[in-house]
Amino acid sequence: MANKGGVKAVLHPVVRTILQRLGLGLITLFVVSLILFSSIEFLPGDFGEAVLGQAALPETVAAFRKELGLDLPVHERYFDWLGGILTGDMGNSFSGRGSSGGTDRSRPVIELLAPRLANTLFLASMAAIISVPLALFLGITAALYRGSIYDRMVNAMTLTTISFPEFFVAYLLILVLSSFTKLFPSLANIGPDVDFWERVYLTALPALTLTLVIVAHMMRMTRAAIINLMASPYIEMAELKGASKSEIILQHALPNAWAPIVTVIAFNLAYLVVGVVVVEVVFVYPGVGQLMVDAVTTRDVPVVQGCAMIFAATYILLNLFADIISIITNPRLLHPR
Amino acid sequence: MSTERSGQKGDLLLEMKDIVIDGYSDDRWHEIVKGVDVTLRRGEIMGLIGESGAGKSTLGLAAMGFARPGCRITSGSIMFDGIDLMKVSEAERRALRGSRIAYVAQSAAASFNPAHQLIEQTVESTVRRGIKPEAEARADARKLYRDLQLPNPDSIGDRYPHQVSGGQLQRVMTAMAMSPRPDLIIFDEPTTALDVTTQVEVLASMRRIVEHYNTAAIYITHDLAVVAQMADVIKVLRYGETIEDAETRKMLAQPEKAYTRSLWSVRSIEKPEEESEDIVLKVDHVDASYTGSAKVLDDVTIEVPRGHTVAIVGESGSGKSTTARAITGLLPPTKGQVLFNGKPLPPLLKERSIDQLQKIQMIYQMADTAMNPRQTVRDIIGRPLEFYLGLRGRERDQRLLELLEMIELDETFIDRLPAELSGGQKQRICIARALAASPELIICDEVTSALDQIVQKGILELLLRLQRELGLTYIFITHDIATVKAISDQIVVMLEGRVVEQGMKSEILSPPYPEYTKLLLSSVPEMNPDWLTGLLAERERESSSNP
Repeated sequence: MANKGGVKAVLHPVVRTILQRLGLGLITLFVVSLILFSSIEFLPGDFGEAVLGQAALPETVAAFRKELGLDLPVHERYFDWLGGILTGDMGNSFSGRGSSGGTDRSRPVIELLAPRLANTLFLASMAAIISVPLALFLGITAALYRGSIYDRMVNAMTLTTISFPEFFVAYLLILVLSSFTKLFPSLANIGPDVDFWERVYLTALPALTLTLVIVAHMMRMTRAAIINLMASPYIEMAELKGASKSEIILQHALPNAWAPIVTVIAFNLAYLVVGVVVVEVVFVYPGVGQLMVDAVTTRDVPVVQGCAMIFAATYILLNLFADIISIITNPRLLHPR
Repeated sequence: MSTERSGQKGDLLLEMKDIVIDGYSDDRWHEIVKGVDVTLRRGEIMGLIGESGAGKSTLGLAAMGFARPGCRITSGSIMFDGIDLMKVSEAERRALRGSRIAYVAQSAAASFNPAHQLIEQTVESTVRRGIKPEAEARADARKLYRDLQLPNPDSIGDRYPHQVSGGQLQRVMTAMAMSPRPDLIIFDEPTTALDVTTQVEVLASMRRIVEHYNTAAIYITHDLAVVAQMADVIKVLRYGETIEDAETRKMLAQPEKAYTRSLWSVRSIEKPEEESEDIVLKVDHVDASYTGSAKVLDDVTIEVPRGHTVAIVGESGSGKSTTARAITGLLPPTKGQVLFNGKPLPPLLKERSIDQLQKIQMIYQMADTAMNPRQTVRDIIGRPLEFYLGLRGRERDQRLLELLEMIELDETFIDRLPAELSGGQKQRICIARALAASPELIICDEVTSALDQIVQKGILELLLRLQRELGLTYIFITHDIATVKAISDQIVVMLEGRVVEQGMKSEILSPPYPEYTKLLLSSVPEMNPDWLTGLLAERERESSSNP
């Protein structure tokens, strides 16, 4: 077989599958960019008119559009934009371009985005570091003591936290942990020169809020994936080999349960990056979510596009990661016949 | 002979007295084992035999102090080497499992954890219990693999369950049970899922190793011929009660109870063969393939005479079922054609006319999965009546009742769901569904393999009667030679996608045999406790005389 397929057949099937997924991810990202660009193109309204006001003379608007490059044909602008992204240049923000024609105070999108993205990733990592192990621990122990009071409590509590809206959880935490006990600050408006531990301290409440919001989903999937396997003949075999309940779950069920669990984890981690605007607003946290919302209200198209591309890339990357883990935890794929 | 065990051969090892086990179904507890006694001595093998639902597995597991979810041991005593399993704590019972009592399950493929290497699983309990250190246990496992005549004994343990065959897995599982050198092994139908040719090898290696280490065993099966090779004593169970207890030779020579005799009843059906020139179906030089490259059928030609039965035999992977798929159009041939009443059938199912579809019907091995669990018998049988014959309302119900009568079920079955039927009744409904289309040819794919001997006999007799009355033609796919003897006129032997032999039953089943047919026939266990020993000795002689 190997000599027939050339180089490709020599690759381990897992490597091949991962490369395939990676390729698919890139194609998806390309399609997303296309949809993103064209849908913004079709949005009603015009940045020129929005900035200059309805009363502006058509010539002024035209001149303004020309300055921003908005008069060029769509495909030209698309490839210009795409080419820019590939070289790390997302264009310049529209805002800051005065209609007065004075000095150009606009900034590159990258410059706006980068610190915000760093903040968002910091918050997401903090929430992930707390919530993923917590969810796994709760899920595994709930499966272990299935049907017990502990199981029911964990289920009820996680369900309660997921059922409240995020802002409510956030305000509740502020009330208890900030107003009453003064343990943590209620605002997390971190600046660029805050040191690491200060950052951790300031972001504690938003991270905790996010943890409470996402832990239920991951915990329940962990529990369900393990329980789903408990009826398998090989679990009964393990019992008949004298394995204890925890040995059965950790050594015999969990290794076969990773695929569904990591899919849900990836989904929730992606949410931590792209879906936290409410939490950012409540804690005045300077993340990407707020930036995007601001950009949408001011019709700052390059910034919106930049944020959206980052969100799409996050989703694709995390799902790719989940796929890879699913593949390498499946012995049928990892060790072909 | 092993000397590391305390106790001598012949000492009492397991004594179960008046065991009662309840099972939970239909919202209440039922007794499924009703006061059974078991006495087993060191080094002794007891065969536990009976049809499904007799409580064999439940009783076997109870010997480990284990009850499946939905079962509970309600009374009786289980003394294992002086330990009362009913009295000690769960932790103490667990400590015995996988160290002093081991279990070999029916489906090795499902009972190995797909995520771990075979050798890890083989030594798991031995190492956990501290019986041997890991390295020593692994070396011993490789030795056991060699004893069990597994190929590449030094490296097979590094493989994962999906990488080895079913017969090999079953032997690895025996090694796994043997690894802690238990006093007792429960074999729960360990060869039921295997081909006859594989079964012989697995039986031989299991017997050798159990004898070698002087291990006591309970061997659970529904095949009396198999248990005759393995067991010193046999216990026959039915509906959770002991029917008969005897030494193997005595039981086979003179079974006392009628029920015991009925356990080998399929072997008593005899059908005189008939020749015929009237060919209803011809598979004409057919090649077929799933992937496009490797042929699974290679130049297969089979002629099926009208009103008669052609049995296709062979081990799994020989192309039996694929031939059926080619005939029904589920897998279009890559070469050759299928002629029905002299006219070629379109290769693809969807290109065939309703009329062509109607004439060829199928019955499957798993009646369970071949019926929609949410449809009643009325819907299941009524559908082909509507689809093929356009019967509606009263007419349809009239015909439904006739069909039920033909399969010897009464009208009370008409509104039942499949879950409310027994295995044999389900298969009867599947037969009625095939009959509803008024077919000329019915392809029966292992239709009795999942059934007990007695139920098998009923189904085979029903099929024979329907053939006589309706002039049906059968293609009977099976790996069970007893069934072939019972029902066929002609036999086709397949191996690796080719027809290696075909002809009238009497020709095929009498010498001289081609090599493969001989292997297949000689592998069918006989109701003779010396059969396996004799067979192995003969094969040994042959292989040494012509290496």
